[in-house]
Amino acid sequence: MLLIRCPYCGERPEPEFVYGGQAHRARPPPNAELGTQDWADYLYRRDNTRGVHAERWRHTHGCGRFFNALRDTTTDHFIATYEIGAPPPAGSSARKAGR
Amino acid sequence: MTNTLRTATGGRIDRMRALGFTFDGAAFTGLQGDTLASALLANGVHLVGRSFKYHRPRGILAAGSEEPNALVAIRRDTARYTPNLRATQVELYEGLAAHSQNRWPSLAFDVGAINDLLSAFIPAGFYYKTFMWPRGAWKSLYEPYIRAAAGLGRSPTQADPDRYSNRYAHCDVLVVGAGPAGLAAAVAAAHSGARVILCDEQSEFGGSLLGEAHGGHAGEIDGEPAHAWLARMIESLTNNSRVTLLTRTTAFGYFPHNLLGLNERLTDHLANPHPEQPRERQWQVRAKEVVLATGAIERPLVFPGNDRPGIMLADAARTYLNRYGAVAGTRAVVITACDEAYRAALDLHEAGVFIATIVDLRPRADGALPQAARRAGLPVQTHTTVIGTSGRLRINAVQLARLDDDGRVTDGVVNMPCDLLLMSGGFTPSVHLFSQSRGRLAWDEKVQCFVPVEAAEHARPAGACRGVFSLAAAVADGTLAGAAAAEEAGYARTPRQHSSSASDPARGAYAGALPQLRPADGAKAFVDWQNDVTSKDLALATREGFQSIEHIKRYTTTGMATDQGKTSNLNTLGIVARTLDKAIPEVGLTTFRMPYTPVTFGSFAGFSRDELFDPVRTTPIHDWAARNGAVFEDVGLWKRARYFPRNGEDMHAAVARECRATRATCGIFDASTLGKIEVVGKDAVTFMNRMYVNAWMNLAVGRARYGVLLRDDGFVFDDGVVARTAEDRFHVTTTTGGAARVLALMEDYVQTEWSDLSVWLTSTTEQWAVIAVQGPSSRRVLEALVEGSDISAQAMPHMSVARGRICGVPMLLMRVSFSGELGFEVNVPADFGLPVWEAIYAAGRQHGITPYGTETMHVLRAEKGYIIVGQDTDGTVTPDDVGLGWAIGKAKADFVGKRSLQRPAMTSPDRKQLVGLLTTDPGVVLEEGSQVLQDRGQRLPLRPIGHVTSSYHSTTLGRSIALALVAGGRGRSGRTLYVPMTDGDVAVQVTSPVFYDSEGTRLHA
Repeated sequence: MLLIRCPYCGERPEPEFVYGGQAHRARPPPNAELGTQDWADYLYRRDNTRGVHAERWRHTHGCGRFFNALRDTTTDHFIATYEIGAPPPAGSSARKAGR
Repeated sequence: MTNTLRTATGGRIDRMRALGFTFDGAAFTGLQGDTLASALLANGVHLVGRSFKYHRPRGILAAGSEEPNALVAIRRDTARYTPNLRATQVELYEGLAAHSQNRWPSLAFDVGAINDLLSAFIPAGFYYKTFMWPRGAWKSLYEPYIRAAAGLGRSPTQADPDRYSNRYAHCDVLVVGAGPAGLAAAVAAAHSGARVILCDEQSEFGGSLLGEAHGGHAGEIDGEPAHAWLARMIESLTNNSRVTLLTRTTAFGYFPHNLLGLNERLTDHLANPHPEQPRERQWQVRAKEVVLATGAIERPLVFPGNDRPGIMLADAARTYLNRYGAVAGTRAVVITACDEAYRAALDLHEAGVFIATIVDLRPRADGALPQAARRAGLPVQTHTTVIGTSGRLRINAVQLARLDDDGRVTDGVVNMPCDLLLMSGGFTPSVHLFSQSRGRLAWDEKVQCFVPVEAAEHARPAGACRGVFSLAAAVADGTLAGAAAAEEAGYARTPRQHSSSASDPARGAYAGALPQLRPADGAKAFVDWQNDVTSKDLALATREGFQSIEHIKRYTTTGMATDQGKTSNLNTLGIVARTLDKAIPEVGLTTFRMPYTPVTFGSFAGFSRDELFDPVRTTPIHDWAARNGAVFEDVGLWKRARYFPRNGEDMHAAVARECRATRATCGIFDASTLGKIEVVGKDAVTFMNRMYVNAWMNLAVGRARYGVLLRDDGFVFDDGVVARTAEDRFHVTTTTGGAARVLALMEDYVQTEWSDLSVWLTSTTEQWAVIAVQGPSSRRVLEALVEGSDISAQAMPHMSVARGRICGVPMLLMRVSFSGELGFEVNVPADFGLPVWEAIYAAGRQHGITPYGTETMHVLRAEKGYIIVGQDTDGTVTPDDVGLGWAIGKAKADFVGKRSLQRPAMTSPDRKQLVGLLTTDPGVVLEEGSQVLQDRGQRLPLRPIGHVTSSYHSTTLGRSIALALVAGGRGRSGRTLYVPMTDGDVAVQVTSPVFYDSEGTRLHA
């Protein structure tokens, strides 16, 4: 059971959260001349990162808010959590996850 | 009552408190403070079990939780029967009834022991090779036989009547293990002011110190005798209110982010536990810092016949003597590869046990302890090994041979009689929890074992579990770890010095099989006692090509028993390394997994059993339905009335009656479980327009529309009627099961994609009771009750909504129908659901109002071809596939799923489409899920072109009806297809999915 820092509520146990998939993937604008392959990439292609992964979580059984997180997939340690729409914190890396 | 094998003084047992107990029905006497194992040994009982595979007689090998052999069942009553407990951990109480396992008819004479003679035919992996033919016999014959012949204890036959509790805790420093290192760590951390939890699996704190004799060879800590130090440490912790002390508590698992699972055994040691007291309590501890002081486990030696009763780990015999006053034998031989075993020889010698000889595998043994042994007059033979043992139910002799300069066995075997053989191959650090936490281990050449080198969590190993074995060093190590952990947790450091006078003996260790006379004679040298894995099995596995230690483990099952290889791990590595001619670190280590020792299912279940297992959701009308005989079904967590049988009706008869009544006059249905979401804000209509396929801009206030919701992949996700109750307000309904995921999907778009929209979403599912009144008489029933609203056909056409009052209660009335009849859904605040339902029901009696359940609801909607998302759709269905293309707002620039609907595959004419199926024989009801075939009599494999999604007997139509998804289905209208059923292919005709009132005259009445 992970301990996750909701940017709005602080550290809460994993069962209060729902994983929301890879972060920083903007839905293509509706009127874009979007090729089928590009749309398929948006729908189905995800990074399979070994290391620091930017991902979304929702504090479903808490404040209900979505937020972004950087998690090291090899250790499950969170490097940072931050608000939707914000860029990943500068200088964040796996090293900072501590032990 | 005197146990002749009990010392006169010493130990931590209470000689004034005798306890009666039974083992396999025979009565014995032990003492308060005994374990079952120590009490049996004090009674001279060594034979305690039969082995897993070969049914060999087995005795007590160890004194702690690592015990692989002495597994017993403890019976309090029929339901309170616990198998596979380690006798070394079972605390004695008055009246304890223990039973041996895996033997028939008795422990001393076991028919299954024939497996030992047949062992040549059942080597490692025999079941992969031997039972290949005939194929069917594996399930019916071989596997049941093997399972019955092998195995451990049996399960209790009744449900567990005990209570189990759970608890969450946070602390600054969790210390696992209360031996010298753990105690020192806890005291140091607590001294800094940290909140400390200290847990230990044993009944009292002290760890290895408990096995030391008073004034024995344990030495001193901080200038005081070890036992006095122990008492002082415990006292200082007990008096600190920021310290939680947990005995009989096993840290069984190390989970991410410093969460540890602890299992506290509360009543297993009590003769008469209070029935209300929980038997066990499971702790989930989130610790800022963890100190692992989990100690080390003595390693057995691998030689032929090393599993007879009376063969024991040297340190275990010392613990039985010093802690329990139980003497494990009268004439002992010690075989060792390390100095530590000499302590056991010295202590037993002092207690009057005749030490026949100490056999040391090493060429020289000149450490302080070997010298002390020699001074005490004990015979020491270096560079000597054991090549065999004898004795059927207890060892009676050991065969010794000298090693030559190359370490080979020389001729000239000496037979040495004995009734106790003590062995020691050194100590293996207990790195289980550290490894579970993904910490990195590395081989330490100096101490000949794997030790923790890099933590992955906030964990600090201390003491013997990281190869710091001597008492002085372990205490100092624990102090440092505890102080550092507290500092890391934010407390100022206050260093304290510990000094100790204990010597740190030059150690030795051995991993692998001892050298033997002939490489492959008949006698078995066991590596894994619990799973009966021998050194030959491991050699066989490598000969058969297994190289990876993980594969060898699975093929031979070594280390895979309930003891998880606590005593076998390193010897396995040693043997495999030698066979593969590799160094041990190259072979690697298998992964440690939780639990450290077995944990009961009760502990994990805790309070979550029976009605507390899962929440149950009931509607405000639930009790009325129950009173009126409803049969309920589970829909998600909801209990829904399925049908209301009268006068002994079966479901078929009840549903037929409910359908007839609803079509003829009026039915009343509890639709409160429908998901409801209030969408509010100045951009509510824009939001709805982007979310649902439908066009919402032109929906007038007071009107409703059937909404279809897709995911962005273009597939139907949910549906429901949406009412516009104000310019900026929508009352959205969802399917019963889809409510939560629809809200989650909406929130996702609102929060992450459309932050430009001013809109708020609120789940109102539980705020409203929804009473569906359906049928030609429904308007007349409601007219008498509704206040302030004109519900006439002109004022309130199909798909309109009105606010008003009913029975004096505020109401949202929707003219909607899921039955195809004139119908209304009365929404009232949930607290008024029951009285309003009762009022409508009373008013409807003169019109023949009939309550109906979900089964009738299903039949009525299927007659109309209305889909149920999740039944007639499966996540690969577009709106057009199920005939809902009309709902799509074609002019809209965007909605969720729009882009996907333009993909070529989504518009192919060959897609599966919703059709109706009518069987040629109207009495045959198709099975839901059946395949649909183009022609009859197909051979396997079938080439299905679709499948049946809904199928019912329709009383209204006097025949069966079915909905199906069929490739190019709408183009096959009128064609005959076939549905394979148990009794052969059933001919069906493809029709429209709307079977009843396709013009909608009844709906719009």
